[in-house]
Amino acid sequence: MSGFAHGVHPPDNKHYTEKLPIRRYPFPRRVVLPLSQHIGAPSRALVAVGDRVQRGQLIANPGGFVSTALHASVTGTVVEIAPYRVSSGALVPSIVIETDPFDAQRLEERPPLDPSALNNKDFVQHIQMAGIVGLGGAAFPSHVKYAVPEGKRIEHLVINGAECEPFLTCDHRVMLESPEQVMGGIAIVAERLGVRSTHVGIEDNKPDAVEALRRAGGGKGNIQVDALHVKYPQGAEKMLIKAIHGREVPAGKLPLELGMVVNNVGTMAAIYDYFQTGKPLIERVLTVTGPGVAEPANLLVPLGTSVREILEYCGIKPEVTQVIMGGPMMGQPLAELDVPVQKGTSGLLVLTKAGMAKEYACIRCGRCLEACPELLNPQLLAKLARGGRWEETESRAFVFDCIECGSCSYACPSGIPIVQLIKTSKAELRKRQRAK
Amino acid sequence: MPGAIVTAVGIMGGLGLGFATVLAVAYRFLKVEEDPRVAQVESMLPSTNCGACGQPGCAAFAEALVAGRVVPSGCTVSSAAAIESIAELLGVDAGGALKRVARVHCAGGTAESRAPSTYQGHASCRSAALVSGGGKGCTWGCLGLADCAASCGFDAIVMNANGLPVIDPDKCTACGDCVDACPKDLIEIVPIDKPIFVQCAALSKGEEAMAECAVACDGCGRCAADAPTGLIEMVNNLPRVHYELDIPHTADPTLRCPTGAIRWVTGLQYNAESDSRRKHGLPR
Repeated sequence: MSGFAHGVHPPDNKHYTEKLPIRRYPFPRRVVLPLSQHIGAPSRALVAVGDRVQRGQLIANPGGFVSTALHASVTGTVVEIAPYRVSSGALVPSIVIETDPFDAQRLEERPPLDPSALNNKDFVQHIQMAGIVGLGGAAFPSHVKYAVPEGKRIEHLVINGAECEPFLTCDHRVMLESPEQVMGGIAIVAERLGVRSTHVGIEDNKPDAVEALRRAGGGKGNIQVDALHVKYPQGAEKMLIKAIHGREVPAGKLPLELGMVVNNVGTMAAIYDYFQTGKPLIERVLTVTGPGVAEPANLLVPLGTSVREILEYCGIKPEVTQVIMGGPMMGQPLAELDVPVQKGTSGLLVLTKAGMAKEYACIRCGRCLEACPELLNPQLLAKLARGGRWEETESRAFVFDCIECGSCSYACPSGIPIVQLIKTSKAELRKRQRAK
Repeated sequence: MPGAIVTAVGIMGGLGLGFATVLAVAYRFLKVEEDPRVAQVESMLPSTNCGACGQPGCAAFAEALVAGRVVPSGCTVSSAAAIESIAELLGVDAGGALKRVARVHCAGGTAESRAPSTYQGHASCRSAALVSGGGKGCTWGCLGLADCAASCGFDAIVMNANGLPVIDPDKCTACGDCVDACPKDLIEIVPIDKPIFVQCAALSKGEEAMAECAVACDGCGRCAADAPTGLIEMVNNLPRVHYELDIPHTADPTLRCPTGAIRWVTGLQYNAESDSRRKHGLPR
């Protein structure tokens, strides 16, 4: 294993939840399902207020190719279709379903579907209509990755089990508890794409997960399970490809350029479940963790459950100062707890220490340059962004190659919010592009 | 040795003489006539290069003026006297452009609006807006971190104790820099003689809007009903004042507003004088 350049080593803090089996969260009284839980066009609602819906029933169609379907996560009645606030702070049109308290919440199963009987177009459509998105956090619709453009070929499948974000253990638990599902999903995707090799990259702080996947069939044939040295951000797709294949994805290009596709282990399990039982993406595993949680847990939660309810279920301590959706490095701090769990929600991190470090002037120590896995110059980006020199962040410092992993902010001894300044610059440049 | 010095001086002197001749000839035969009035007009302009006139800087505006492509009052920064003297110099009409000022579509400061959490990152509205909306209960409201004040080249914007930007209409030149700076798109440039102004941008209505902010527009539509036909239109639960229409404003539409979101703003925003309700002895 060649590893990747730069990166940081934050304390992994996985001890809160890594030994806790996944538990099913009780069905909430109501769920709020935003129509835009993924990157791309919002879904189009198919139901109306007053409709009765079954758990797993299709309630919204994809709104375009880069978009995905949405299904009811509980059996109940649609009570409202209105804008609701989500974790980003935006108001997103959402379908609100009130759970039927007397229903068994059973999922209608269908006999297993043989993916090898489908052609690529149908396979892609099945994944899209199953509502499956990348469960690593970015929530990019998975089927888009499998719709290989004419003239391109996927040679290698890379499966991301690195889970490099500190605190989070949902992928770890999925690999440990359902290795057959993960390997089954891999087998389906590998066969459909006709890849030459499949590598599952797992950081070596999870030897039990490596062992579990090897026992479930990894390491045989052309499927490899690789134990990677722990380093953040190993789970970023470009870093994972570098660590496993020793190749670099060109700037501004996708892994497709190298004939590769990167998927998360959770996504593989979701694909397997869909082909075996017809279960669409209606629930996901998330880690509720951090010093502010009374009872940390790995929970299987129906999509649309309120964050506040989950935190009350696990118990939060009175000294809580901050709740982050996702991990500490790339997660989104929540302004309000009344937001729903979405397809991309990998965890809830509850912190008790006051947020930001005191900020000092940049001392030109270069630690951010040594941390940046994209080999950018974060201090220059931060300086230009702070001065409002947005165009220069692109022309002089390649702001759009930044993957926003936060290593620079973590490494900065002066407490400069480098990655936040970079994000601001990107948002400002995108706004200008839209205005043109 | 002395011979070398003579040679060096000779060569340098000769070169100097040669280039001087070329320059003298070029000055005589290649010179470009420039209208002297361009430089004169430029010296009378404020030299702020703010771009409010639509030209790339004061020099370009001066050229356009002399060429007759624009009128002197296109410069919103110059005083009326300066514009008059430019018009006099060029012998043209000053043009009837009316003074316009920037105003803020939000009156929900820290005292009026709900803030479920505190934002702690980089102190800039643009950055805060990306972190879960900035910590304010109202999705549309002013974040109060002064990006507009920092962008103003005329020191016309100061933040008040309530966390809202106050724009001085005397200093404001309607250049539009603050309009670009606001990530919530709260600032609009309006004609100064049209004082009806909606100090809210929330698209929610009724109790939902009032739960977030005491001075929110609840979308009742009374202002639109009380206004002359067509002046105020309800769009997405918010009154939109059609400033482009040639309808004189009266205070009537602001009188029945239950929350005081629509105001009669003449001077500074958020002060007692612009509070039409108090002026008319109505309960707040």
